[in-house]
Amino acid sequence: MNGAVNRTVLRAGWQRGVIELRQSFTNGADLFNHFFWPVLMLVVTYLLRDVPFGDGSFELGTLVLPGILGMNAAMAMVTMSQLLTADREDGTLLRAKATPGGTQAHLVGKIVSVSGGLVADLAIFLVPGLLIVPGLAVGSLGSWSTLAWVLALGLVATLPIGAVLGSLFASTRAQGLLTLPILAMIGVSGIFYPVTSLPDWVGWIAQVFPVYWLGLGMRSALLPDSAAAVEIDESWRHLETVGVLGLWAVLGLLLAPAVLRRTARRESGSALAARRDKALQRVG
Amino acid sequence: MTRNAEDRVVLDVEDLRMRYGTTEVLKGVTFQVRQGEVVCLLGPNGAGKTTTMEILEGFRTRSGGRVQVLGTDPAHGGDAWRARVGVVLQSWRDHGRWRVRELLAHLGMYYGCYATARVPRPWDPDRLVAAVGLTAQAHAKVRTLSGGQRRRLDVAVGLVGRPELLFLDEPTAGLDPVARRAFHGLVAGLAEEWRPTIVLTTHDLHEAQQLADRIVVLSDGRIVADGSVAHLAERIVGEDEVRWTHEGRRHVRRTRDSTRFAFGLFQRYGDAVSDLEVRKATLEDTYLALVGQRSAAHTGRPVAGAVAATAEEGAAEEGVAEEGARR
Repeated sequence: MNGAVNRTVLRAGWQRGVIELRQSFTNGADLFNHFFWPVLMLVVTYLLRDVPFGDGSFELGTLVLPGILGMNAAMAMVTMSQLLTADREDGTLLRAKATPGGTQAHLVGKIVSVSGGLVADLAIFLVPGLLIVPGLAVGSLGSWSTLAWVLALGLVATLPIGAVLGSLFASTRAQGLLTLPILAMIGVSGIFYPVTSLPDWVGWIAQVFPVYWLGLGMRSALLPDSAAAVEIDESWRHLETVGVLGLWAVLGLLLAPAVLRRTARRESGSALAARRDKALQRVG
Repeated sequence: MTRNAEDRVVLDVEDLRMRYGTTEVLKGVTFQVRQGEVVCLLGPNGAGKTTTMEILEGFRTRSGGRVQVLGTDPAHGGDAWRARVGVVLQSWRDHGRWRVRELLAHLGMYYGCYATARVPRPWDPDRLVAAVGLTAQAHAKVRTLSGGQRRRLDVAVGLVGRPELLFLDEPTAGLDPVARRAFHGLVAGLAEEWRPTIVLTTHDLHEAQQLADRIVVLSDGRIVADGSVAHLAERIVGEDEVRWTHEGRRHVRRTRDSTRFAFGLFQRYGDAVSDLEVRKATLEDTYLALVGQRSAAHTGRPVAGAVAATAEEGAAEEGVAEEGARR
């Protein structure tokens, strides 16, 4: 019986994720979102393609492209957070709660749709990017397998944290508060400029957060080994990458179930109605 | 436990209490619902209907009292319990991007593993779509539905797992009269055909009369009346109003037995009586008297305690009678 229940939850969650993913590629507003940032980033990359960096052995565009991939991967955290808050606001989470196994399947569905959407967004950016930017090491299987494990580990590190954030914010409006710290985090994380050229203390802050490590991991996958020279310790530091991202993953996986359970427990029709009334008051 | 399945108690509430801070919202609510019954919790806004429903649905933790829903305390109802209960809340806006049939087919998936030989689960989505009259909208996006269509979809979602017990909280709030009537037809049809036990709330008396076998009147956190529509009318309905003209003068009299009274009039005055009018006391009069008296007691702060104390159980009815007399 229990096995059947778990299978149902996974199957339903998978279906939910696939359906939501399909929806996000079949409506205008979402399609715009899927393409807007990748295209903007492509423009940035294009403008930086000929800008030399350091001793001139690399163009800034070449350094930046993998970093942007890493940044996008980390942003799945924000997507997760926003979607969960939105689902709470419109009652999707309450519906899940009224359904047997619904909250678990809802979470599985979100993981599927957010990861799927992210992979699509990365491809939208990466495929044209490969044509614009010279000097990437994409010929070997090793590059792609590094990219795959960095991405996978990055998702395990960021999605649970995103789910926690999504549970903490009461409304999609409140989510706006996240924007500034996120931008700051990206700013210090050496995505658009190697972190070694920034002051030391900035580098230390950057190394706390997953964005830096995802950027580093992506660079290690797509740049030739000689490019490690501009990194901290002149190394790709895979061990440290696994360590820090692993810590975030453990933290997220420890926190997320409890926080999500708490949020789901507090959901009720009147809670939903109260939030809606508040939202209407703001509009009116 | 009785052998007769129809007599099985599916919902058993005893001395249910709910407090938010120092405010007591439910002050000892006791009632039972048996299998196959359609019971309406009727009361004005703020009477505690939604709070009661949320406790029964397992969405809210009560402050006190005993609650059993399908033999389980809803506060600890697991997924297997959840699979036997359908919930239609006041207003849903969720899944706006999903398509009607797609959503029903998806939500049905969760119930498959709770099917038994006696209760196959879930309902076939096409049958369900047809049952709630949304066949034409089967492939429409949920957010494009009208208010009435949306409510019918909500009922379909509530039914998809073939619940033994269905909760409908203010199911017609915000519907126009046409949609409301269509909705009543739908619920009556479902109750007839599928025989789930249904508990619904409304502040609309006519709706309660339309849909329910039994009405539980909730006012200010207490049950002030509980019975079938006919039973309620008989037991607590006040006096009919008889008007007539005799020798050019208009008379008005209130009486419990208007038929006998009118017969008496004709015996006494014969055809000198004209313009006879008998206005039966409606359930509405009763209901307004019931909850009106309650809220009068409620606003009269200093005496509220005293009134509440005397208004326990049957005393409530006397309160109504007095109220009527004073008018």
